[in-house]
Amino acid sequence: MDSPFSMKSPTRSDQELMRKSASPRELSQNLAWNRREFLRTAAGVTLGASISPAGSVFRAPAFPKDKKVVVITFGGGARDQETFAPEGQENIPHLMRELIPQASFFTQVVNKGILGHYVATASLATGVYETFNNFAATPPESPTVFEYFRKDLKRPASDAWVVAPSNGFNRIGESSHRLYGPGLGARVILPKHLLTAATSGEKDYEHLLRDNYETPLYAPELSGNNFEMKQLAELLQLSMGEFKNHALTLSSPDELSIYIARQLMRQVAPSLLWITLHDIDIAHAGAYSLYVDGIRRTDRLCAEIWKTIESEPEYAGKTSLFILPDFGRDSDEDSGGNGFQHHRTGDALSRTTWMMALGPGIRQNVVYDRAMQSTDLVPTIGAKMGFSPILCQGQPIQEIL
Amino acid sequence: MLPSELKPEHFSNYPPLARKLVTDNIAVLRVLPLSVLPSMLREAIEYDYKFPAERKALEREIANLQGLTTEQRKGWLGDLAQIQLSAALEKFDWVNLPGQFVEQMSAHLWATHQQDAYRRAAMDYGNKLQAATAAASPAIPRVGVSVIGQGVAVSAAPLFRKLRTHGVYYTRVIPENGLEQVLDFASARAKVHAEPYAHWYIDGGQASVYDPALMSVSYQALQPARAALSAKMQKEIETPGMGPENLRTVMARLRPADLKLDKIADPVLARFQMKLLTEGSGTQIFSTTFAQWAARETWRRAQPLTVVVRFAPRQRQRPMNELLYGKKEIVELDPEGSLVDGDMGAYYNWINQQRLPGAEQSAFVAWFEGHNEAVAIGPGVPRGTVSNTPADLKQILSWAVS
Repeated sequence: MDSPFSMKSPTRSDQELMRKSASPRELSQNLAWNRREFLRTAAGVTLGASISPAGSVFRAPAFPKDKKVVVITFGGGARDQETFAPEGQENIPHLMRELIPQASFFTQVVNKGILGHYVATASLATGVYETFNNFAATPPESPTVFEYFRKDLKRPASDAWVVAPSNGFNRIGESSHRLYGPGLGARVILPKHLLTAATSGEKDYEHLLRDNYETPLYAPELSGNNFEMKQLAELLQLSMGEFKNHALTLSSPDELSIYIARQLMRQVAPSLLWITLHDIDIAHAGAYSLYVDGIRRTDRLCAEIWKTIESEPEYAGKTSLFILPDFGRDSDEDSGGNGFQHHRTGDALSRTTWMMALGPGIRQNVVYDRAMQSTDLVPTIGAKMGFSPILCQGQPIQEIL
Repeated sequence: MLPSELKPEHFSNYPPLARKLVTDNIAVLRVLPLSVLPSMLREAIEYDYKFPAERKALEREIANLQGLTTEQRKGWLGDLAQIQLSAALEKFDWVNLPGQFVEQMSAHLWATHQQDAYRRAAMDYGNKLQAATAAASPAIPRVGVSVIGQGVAVSAAPLFRKLRTHGVYYTRVIPENGLEQVLDFASARAKVHAEPYAHWYIDGGQASVYDPALMSVSYQALQPARAALSAKMQKEIETPGMGPENLRTVMARLRPADLKLDKIADPVLARFQMKLLTEGSGTQIFSTTFAQWAARETWRRAQPLTVVVRFAPRQRQRPMNELLYGKKEIVELDPEGSLVDGDMGAYYNWINQQRLPGAEQSAFVAWFEGHNEAVAIGPGVPRGTVSNTPADLKQILSWAVS
């Protein structure tokens, strides 16, 4: 990580931004305000703080009993200027035109934890800012949303799944907590692992690169609760030949993840499904066009999942979808970073992100800009599904309950 | 060990000039907090291989700290002294491995939720230091030139959107001999204002013919070093127990000879090129990333007067079917994607140039190679305007710096 001691003097735009925003909190508020204005002008959304109780805002039908939740982490983090700012909206047409009009959108989701993808995604899944080594194959220390869900609601293992992008995420399904932990977590699918098995493990530099963009030259060894390949293929009714052939038509690891997630939704229909996308994190390799391509692909894949939710009988009308990044990326103005490439500075831009929620009982086409935290997701899912994440740090998001 | 326990012999492994620097100033190093000193030693241990501007900056910082009273020092460093470090960090060999210490301290700050406090305190210190020890303005205004889009025949993508508001957008550039004109311009500056490491030509592909008065770095020339690094990394990755931190430590310990860079006569330049590959993320893989990062590091470290950066097509990101069926012998290029990379890279080049003293007087030109589009920023040209007047690069450069 770059030391702030190597920083040079701020540019004029640095200084203007600093003057406008004296503290990180003010800077986060400014970011949220801008995000809200972008949405208001581009998508015509209503401001949640000033909504009238009836008329202007459509509330989707009430949440049924056999509730399901799908979470998509908007892979690798993207900045407003490539997404919600006017110049970035061309990269997210599906979010802007299809999903936001049906969603409650939160403009100020602050991540106060460690900005590494595995540990931050684990923090999202536990509702606690985890502090373990981002690059170690260790389970979260606090119980995950999957454990709360399964234990409280007495759900079988087949009802909670994670589709994760890299070997490093293979322990995210269940924690090491003594009251929860082994046997209570989610099943974790690593599609690339599955593909490697299907193709006898073709291994080259590029494959390593795609495993983990934060450390492109390193892929952790697999261990822990990754579901047996053969069992998994049978469960998903995947022929390895078909799988391999279909993979030839895909252009990225996230497309592979979404393919597997849709198979899972059709064949197993879990009530709690967590999909972590990661293509955007190609940004770490420094090629801006690939980073933007990743955003456009992620935008399209999010819409595809929503379409699957709406079209699959097991999901239609009873599923809440949450889409949120684990965190953002560094600003161009922070001399401690290198713009879009990394998320190392810990500046407000890299910490302040957003979330959208869609589904039954959730107000549509509304934007809320109050500050909330990444850790609020788990208690919100708990409140939606009827379990109690008693050890999490966050608070349920009342606006969508 | 704590800074107060430092003795001159602790620095016996430092290169000669670095050893002299720290032992001559050991009294002030002893009073610095442990959250500060290793960051400074990380710079000092490289003193022998640093550019003149970096050496002067380090000397100014040490001199400034020496000039502070005890009370003033508390004002400057008090918040940083409040950062709580672990016993393990205190025991770490931060004298000989300051870079690794800073990495471990960073992980500790994140894990203990002190990163924000540290960041605020460090920025406060940096701002005070900047105000107290700012380098003088350069002898002549700095000029940066970014040449992007090599190999792109036609592009409908709007270019230079982020730069246009700061200068003139030229729509009828005469492209003939454009690169030669840019390099001639840099060469002329190098001859008139000859200073060590002051005038650079960075090429993301194969360097064009250039005047030896320019310092030059090119992606193509570093191919043997890149191959050596890749092989070394693959070998390390396959070592049992190897993780990212260990890998980073291995990379930090590499020497130019390990990457076949010891044939470069100038040890400062050899070390600089090695670090572009070992410290830059993606510089080993994508030529556009290399060009942008090399320019950033050149501006940041050498603080030169002239930097010409030419972006070349990078290799195409390979889709999954190619990965499935193994390596392709022929590397396919992605000129269109590289144009987008170069467009953003040009913007970053300008930002990094603007971070240096004398920014108000500096000039910057970005040109779509072989085409009619360019943007020029500088005291001699108005902001946010469009020029449809035919002009070649020589004219545009002369207007920008006038």
